[in-house]
Amino acid sequence: MRIKRIALPISEKDIRSLKCGDSVLLTGSMLTARDASHKRITEALAAGIDLPFDPDGQTIYYTGPTPARPGHIVGSAGPTTSSRMDKYTPLLLKHGLKCMIGKGRRSAAVKKRMLKSHAVYLAAVGGAGALLSRSIKKIEPVAYPELGAEAVYRLEVEDFPAVVINDIYGGDLYDSGQAAHRRA
Amino acid sequence: MSTPPSDSAMRRIQCRAITKTVASLFQDACIHLPPDVIASLKRAGRSEKSPLGKQTIKSILNNIAVAGDYLLPVCQDTGTAVVFLELGQDVHITGGDLAAAINQGVKKGYAEGYLRKSMVHRPFSARKNTGDNTPAVIHTEIVPGNRLRICVLPKGGGAENCSRLTVMSPSLGHEGILEYVLNLVDECGSNACPPLILGIGIGGTTEQTMLLAKKALLRKTGSHNSDPEIKELEKRILADVNMLGIGPMGYGGSVTALAAHIEVFPSHIASMPVAVNMQCWCSRHKEAVL
Repeated sequence: MRIKRIALPISEKDIRSLKCGDSVLLTGSMLTARDASHKRITEALAAGIDLPFDPDGQTIYYTGPTPARPGHIVGSAGPTTSSRMDKYTPLLLKHGLKCMIGKGRRSAAVKKRMLKSHAVYLAAVGGAGALLSRSIKKIEPVAYPELGAEAVYRLEVEDFPAVVINDIYGGDLYDSGQAAHRRA
Repeated sequence: MSTPPSDSAMRRIQCRAITKTVASLFQDACIHLPPDVIASLKRAGRSEKSPLGKQTIKSILNNIAVAGDYLLPVCQDTGTAVVFLELGQDVHITGGDLAAAINQGVKKGYAEGYLRKSMVHRPFSARKNTGDNTPAVIHTEIVPGNRLRICVLPKGGGAENCSRLTVMSPSLGHEGILEYVLNLVDECGSNACPPLILGIGIGGTTEQTMLLAKKALLRKTGSHNSDPEIKELEKRILADVNMLGIGPMGYGGSVTALAAHIEVFPSHIASMPVAVNMQCWCSRHKEAVL
């Protein structure tokens, strides 16, 4: 199986090259955010308050890591279910978000907006938090530290493994993968 | 030489022993998966037809090894702390309050094990983290004897969110149950982190049905109910779920579930409650007897 290496922030050229079902290794920087931080981000944008980071061109990884043991930089850090972020995602895409990493299906509204924004959605293996954390080389707080595991962090990752779910051509691995193997 | 106490002699169990046991069980459960779960994943990796599905199960097994090597939780969602107690009727708990001792154990285990604290107060509004992963959800059964069996099950949110309960017309029988489970797995697909273990409760009253479904998750993965009719239904559900094509992590494939475990209780003449407690591949549970 061919594996594509992708640098983050992701380039337009790389976005165009990705097809659903591709395995990728990501290297570079990404932000973390999940339910509570998405709510805060949306509230800030709605109120016209500047965000502590610019989502333009960024990648957001939906994760809430376990606390780091002494001597480690991060604990386990696998993906959480993306659909809970669907309500907040179109607004972030409007502000330039280019790539999301999580697990599970996105809503029709998110997929439609992703096509318009030329953004991609990738999945990491759910539950593989220990393995995925080994790709994280640096972590620094960016916003909402009071949210603990739900705060926004910037991660520097090296060869972070993921699979392309939604590409910019309308492909959806959850649909095509299941259709190819369905026997009932 | 003293003789060991007989099973009926009254025994005292100290709260501090319970706290210590609960703390170490949660840490152990979150880092080391039971051998039957690992064996079942290895079998799934061999039988999976899709190359991406095979690669995904390989990553899952690799993850389990990394978790053990670095003492990291297998999954970052270290769950709601569910505790099953089988309390012998000849046990006298001393030195405190049983529920408080368990919650103290959860607090200690989640702090010392660097496990994530995922519980929030006022789930409908403020959603403020309780800070120590308490309160535990405790299910107590009084049984004969003078021992205390403690079984912990850290339950992740992704799979629990896909659990469902219904009360169906008794006329629907096997077919109704099968259709309900298939529709549910098809609907939740990738969200519950397949390959799944399906805990299924049939009968009792509604609250009991879901408890049966959750307790079914404590069985050895892929073991069957001793009742031949129920065993056949388990096999049929598993086979049909694996025809759905969802596959490991929903990327498409032949292994959507590792096992279907059914537990049954008699029900009212008007009812057939059915519950599915969804379990991701990361099926964590550990037990100890005091």
